Formats: sequence, C-alpha cells, structure tokens
Amino acid sequence: MLDGLINGIFNGISIGAVLLIVALGLAIVFGLMGVINLAHGELMMLGAYTTYVVQNGFKSLGDGLQDFYILLALPLSFVVAALVGLLLERSVIRLLYGRPLETLLATWGVSLILQQFVRSVSWSITVGILTVCLLLFGGRAILNKFANLGPRQKLANFVVLVLSAAIGITLGRALNGNSAMAKPWFSARNVDVTAPSWLQGSINVTDTLLFPAARIFIIVLTIICLVGTFWFLNKSAWGLRIRAVTQNRDMSACLGIPTKRVDALTFALGSGLAGIAGCAVTLLGSVGPNLGSNYIVDAFMVVVVGGVGKLIGSIVAALLIGIVTYIVGSGTLVLMLPAGETLQPLIDTATFFATTSMAKVLVFALIIAFLQLKPAGLFPQKGRSVEA
Amino acid sequence: MTRINRRKFLVYGSTAVGTSILLKACGSSPETTADTAPAEGEATTVAAGGDTIKVGILHSLSGTMAISETTVVDAEELAIKEINEAGGVLGRQIEIVKEDGASDWDTFAEKAEKLIDQDQVSVVFGCWTSASRKKVLPVFEAKDHMLWYPVQYEGQECSKNIFYTGAAPNQQIEPAVDWLLENKGTDFFLVGSDYVFPRTANNIIKEQLKAKGGNTVGEDYLPLGNTEVTPIITKIKAALPNGGVIFNSLNGDSNVAFFKQLKGAGMGPDLYPVMSVSIAEEEVRTIGPDFLVGHYAAWNYFQTVESSANEKWVSDFKAEYGDDRVTNDPMEAAYIMVYLWKQAAEQAGSVDIAAVREAAYGQVFEAPGGTVTMNPNHHISKTVRIGEIREDGLFEIVSATDGPVDPLPWNQYVPDTKGYTCDWSDPAKGGKFKEA
Repeated sequence: MLDGLINGIFNGISIGAVLLIVALGLAIVFGLMGVINLAHGELMMLGAYTTYVVQNGFKSLGDGLQDFYILLALPLSFVVAALVGLLLERSVIRLLYGRPLETLLATWGVSLILQQFVRSVSWSITVGILTVCLLLFGGRAILNKFANLGPRQKLANFVVLVLSAAIGITLGRALNGNSAMAKPWFSARNVDVTAPSWLQGSINVTDTLLFPAARIFIIVLTIICLVGTFWFLNKSAWGLRIRAVTQNRDMSACLGIPTKRVDALTFALGSGLAGIAGCAVTLLGSVGPNLGSNYIVDAFMVVVVGGVGKLIGSIVAALLIGIVTYIVGSGTLVLMLPAGETLQPLIDTATFFATTSMAKVLVFALIIAFLQLKPAGLFPQKGRSVEA
Repeated sequence: MTRINRRKFLVYGSTAVGTSILLKACGSSPETTADTAPAEGEATTVAAGGDTIKVGILHSLSGTMAISETTVVDAEELAIKEINEAGGVLGRQIEIVKEDGASDWDTFAEKAEKLIDQDQVSVVFGCWTSASRKKVLPVFEAKDHMLWYPVQYEGQECSKNIFYTGAAPNQQIEPAVDWLLENKGTDFFLVGSDYVFPRTANNIIKEQLKAKGGNTVGEDYLPLGNTEVTPIITKIKAALPNGGVIFNSLNGDSNVAFFKQLKGAGMGPDLYPVMSVSIAEEEVRTIGPDFLVGHYAAWNYFQTVESSANEKWVSDFKAEYGDDRVTNDPMEAAYIMVYLWKQAAEQAGSVDIAAVREAAYGQVFEAPGGTVTMNPNHHISKTVRIGEIREDGLFEIVSATDGPVDPLPWNQYVPDTKGYTCDWSDPAKGGKFKEA
C-alpha cells in the first residue's frame, strides 16, 4: 500500500517534471514578456536535434565516452536554442511587442518554417541561405556607407534584396545537382536518439518499487533549471532589470535600463530553456520535426493555469496536472475509492475516465472549470498590470 | 495612418505577384519536374493511345505520413523501372504520374480525381492510412477505376475497385495471436493508438482470445502523438504483475515513447514480450534497436527472408537507393502489386480497367517473400511470419506458415461479419455475401 502511494506520487511528479521543464521557458517568454510564442515547441525540437548531432559525434569518438554525450548535449542545446531565439527576437518579435495577436501568427509561421527547415536542410540550402544573408547585409552595409542615395534608398535596398535572393537561390539550385550537397542532413524521418546506458534502466528501491533512471534524471534536471532561473531572476543584476522591465517598461527606460537588450536577453533565456527541455524529452520519446507540436499545448496549459507572470504558479500547476493525469489515467483513483453501494456511481465514473484519452479529456474539463472560477490562474499577478 | 492609394497598390501588388512567380519557378525541385507529365499539348496525344502507358502514384510525399509513404513510392518506382528496362507492358513503356496526397485525406480524394480525369491514367498505386483509403474509395467506385493498395489493414472492406496486396487481419494479427497463445502465455494487454485501425484490430483480438481460451486483462489507447505513457505502464504492471503478453498496435511517435519508457520501467522482453503490428525494419531504426531487442513483430515479409528472389530484390533495392536503406513489408507489397498489375494487363492484352480486373484473378507472382496469388476477393494469399528483433535492427524469423495463407477480408471472429465472404469474379456475389 505504501509502495503504491510512493509509486503514485513519484509517477505524478515525473509527469509533472516533464510538463514543467517544457513550460519553464514559456513561463519566462509568455509569463514575463507577454509574448505568445508558438515556436516554443520548435525551439525544443532544435534542442533535441542538437542532442542527436552531439550523440552521433560522440559515437565516432568511441565506446568510453559515448555514455556521457548527454552532459555536453545539455549545454549545447541551450546555446543553440538561445541563439536561434535571439535571432528570432531581433528579427521578428522585436517589431511586434504589445501586439499579441500578430505575435501569435508570426511565431506560428516561424514554427512552420523551422519544422520544414529541419526536414529539408542540406549543404546546398545552407550555402544558399548564407550567400543570401552575406550579400544582402553586406550589400546594404556598403550602400549605406558609401552611397548617399537619399530618397532612393528604399529602392536600392529592394534591388539588393532581389539580386541577392536570385544569386542565392541560383547557387543553391546549382549545388543541388551534386547529390552529396543535396542530401538532407536529417530528412523528414524521425531520428534515433538512444539514451546513455546509465539512463536506460531503473533504480530498484525494493522489489516492487522501482524508479526509471531517465525520470529521475529529468526531475533533477528540472530542479536545477528552476533553481538556476530563480537565482538568475531574483539575485543577479540582469534578473533585477528583467523584473523591472516586466513591471514598468517606460519607467525602467527612464532610469537607464537598456530595455531592448533586456528583452533580447529574456527571450534568449526562455528559448535556451526550451532547448534544454528538448534535450531532456529525447530520453522519453521520439525525435522528429513534429516533436514540438506534441508539447506546445501542454506547455501553454501549464502557464495559463499557473497564472501569467509567476514562476511559482507554473511549478504548482505542472505538478497538479501531472498528478491528476496520473491518478485518473492509471486507474489509481478507482482503487482509492472505498467500495460500497453509495459510492458505486462515483467508481463507475472514475473507471470510465481511467484511460489515457479520457484522462486527458477530464483534465481539460477540470482546467476549463477552474479558469471559470479563477480566470487569471493560480497565482495572478498583483498590483499594477504588466504592459497593456 | 497612411492610406494605400492606387499607385502603391499597383507597386505592392505587382511585387507580390512577381516574387511569388519567382519563388514558384525556383521552388519546384528537379525531382518533381522530371516526374510530372509533359506539357499540355503533348499529354493529350499520349493519353489518346500513344506509345506510353500512364500509371498514377498517389502517396503522401509531404506531411506526417511522408516518412513511411516515400519508402513505398521508392519500391513502386523500382518495379516500374525494372519493367520498363525489360521492355515495358504490352510493348509500351510505363510513364509515372506522381501526385502528393500531403498526409491530408481530402487532398487524396482530389488528387485521385485529377489522376483519373485529367491524366487519364490506366491504374493508380497508392495510399497508406486507412483514412486516406476510405476517402478515395468513393472516387474509384464512382468512376469505376482501379486502385492498388499496399499496406496491411484492419479488413472489413472489399471493394470492386481496390486490390489489396497488404495483409488482411487473418494474415497478420490472427496468426500472431495464435503464436503468442502457444509460446508466450494467455494473458494479453492490448495497447494501441486511438483511431480506427487499432480499435478494430483489438476488437478482433478480443473475440479471438475469447474463442481460444485467452484473457484480455486490459486495454488502453494513446491519442496520436502523445508521448506520456506512464499511466499505461502502471496499468500493465497492475494487470500483469508476473508478466504477460503485450499486443501493441501503436502508430508512429508513440511507439518510441512506449518502448523507451517500458525499458525504463524495467519491463524486458523476458517477462513482457511485446508483439507489434506496425513496427518494421524502417521503424526499428528510428526507435533504436537497443530498446527493441527481443520483442516481436508479425508481417508477411522481413528483409531477412531467405530466398533467391529476396536476395536479388534487396541487392537491387540497395543498388538503386543506397546501402543504408532497408526493405520492409509494405515496400514488398508495393513491389508485388506493380508486377501483378503488369501480368494481368499482359494476360488481358490491354490496360482496360474491366479486362485487367478479370485477368488479375489467379495471377501468381514469385515475390521476395514467397509465392503470392491474387484471389477473386481482391486480396492476395501470402506467407505469414513472426520475427524477433535482433541487435542489428533486422528480424530473426522465429515462425512462418508452411505456405501462403488465404485472405479473409470479412472477419470471422466479429459477430457482424461472421460467415460473410467476397467474390468479384462472379457478378451475382460481389463484395459482401453469405454462402447459402
């Protein structure tokens, strides 16, 4: 009985930990900055693909090191996703602050682009894209520096854009003739990320009580990420600035806080955490272009239930959703109810929801009911509202 | 606020149109341009009975299903290439018209109409999911055309206009259950994805277990794409504390999560052997053989089948598409169906739909997986095999039927269809009738 209870709590927490690590980055990007980032899942996917690349790199190094690829993959996933997030913020999100609907559409578009990108990326595409960027930005820089075009500048920029696009696309297509250059790096297929052998098994506490190693690893990783994020936001100088900008952007700007750099940093941090989450979920599931879309709804669910703007809300929400999903879906709820005539309808209801699909339905129904009572979530932001 | 006046509108509009034309021109990859039909004027002359025979290939070349369906396209194209090199059909070369169903079932129906009406193809090879087949079925029936379908499916269908070269349930699921009952135990837990194929398949399995003295101790379904399987694993442990058989009809990504987390929970193939019906060589590679070693799968064909026909096919396939490629059951079925159609057309002496259909019954082909025969019920008799997954990701064949098993599209364990059969060679009988 005790074993069953401990097992139930552990499994609930382990589902919650996956939800939390997935939602943590979003809690920062959506919760603190108010950006509805639908490309969050794709940033996770980039983290997962980074893990795949690192794993293959370690495979070629030999047996001894192969089991430790994950230790390098975690920081690298963070860096890759953070860099892409930074690029995304600088090029798209920056222009859309305070316009949530446009952000929603733009980031959704970005998510589709990223998905297609990993499906079809090859050397020829990479060379083509790099050529376009180099010519475009180089050409514009040269034009702006040396030629004083005045009113014709827009036209000149447009011509540079068309020319560099044409050159880049032609080059990419020419390289496509070479099969080695045209071969996709990953293709649309799912790729195989095998967990290190020390994370594949389980740790036996007693005969009936055993904890999967991968789950324990993810729980520990989630705690580390949480502590790190808490420390960064509450103790470091940049964290102070981020919180200041979140509460009152104009006043912060007046006091000399570089709000644009703060925005970029915050977004990169959230994206980097998504990358770590992507690396973590490779231990549990498949790695493919659609990986992100499997998690994005859950991530938003956690942040919305938890209450926008507070990390503690996301933590509590993730654990609650995890535990409820587990005890309903696994049928533990049925066992917990005492048998008896009076409770029979309740037991029947619990049995009805004791399948994975129906448990999900019940969890969503509970969330909807909860949001009717507390529309702002578990821990709503108090005081003056964030940016309108 | 700036207003968009006419001049600006013209400038932006023409820019947009120009850019899209440019992108369109650059965007189409060389692969598709080579495969699509020639220019309009030329196409009409060919369709009127020139020197090529047009066949349609209708699969998802993009979207979720592309991963699986493109491998089938490869097998079909290889068969057509071989036939063309050997002189074609009826002395004419086969010309492929390839259409992309884009993993969207409505698109499948549209493209099927396009292939039939506009391209006037003689036959269509295509589809993978049951959902896409159900969508195109009315199109082929209304136009009285012909589709060849290469994938194992849940049965309970027998259309005059479709030839099924994948396994019917009695050629895959039922022998697998029998084998498990004999060798692995009588307590079954059924796991599947939450859509039509696994639910129908599991109904069949439950009826079969009831009839043969096995127990269904539990069943659960995972929504497509869901990767959280902890509750299911807990249930399996509770229902089968001392081990037992898991019958798995999960599809796609969920398989990866299921096997990774099963191993994490310490449930190995010694106590919890898993029999899968949608994991073939291709899927083993993406899940990672580490997680699958010792588990089982039921198919008609494995790459490891020992026969000269198979050796030749595997080496031809690798020569065409690369050494790292594997062959699997749906690909073999796709390869077979092109040849069966070719034989039927040659026997009929034309590519006329009705004539080819008549001639198809009784066609025999020495397939890589053994001799197959097309039956009047539009399904093929083929050998059934059980394979155990090896460390190299291929299958050790642990059991095979002595000869081909005859297909039964209408399931005999399900009360609704018990006693029904299908025979299109006799106009009086048709798709679903009961022997008097």
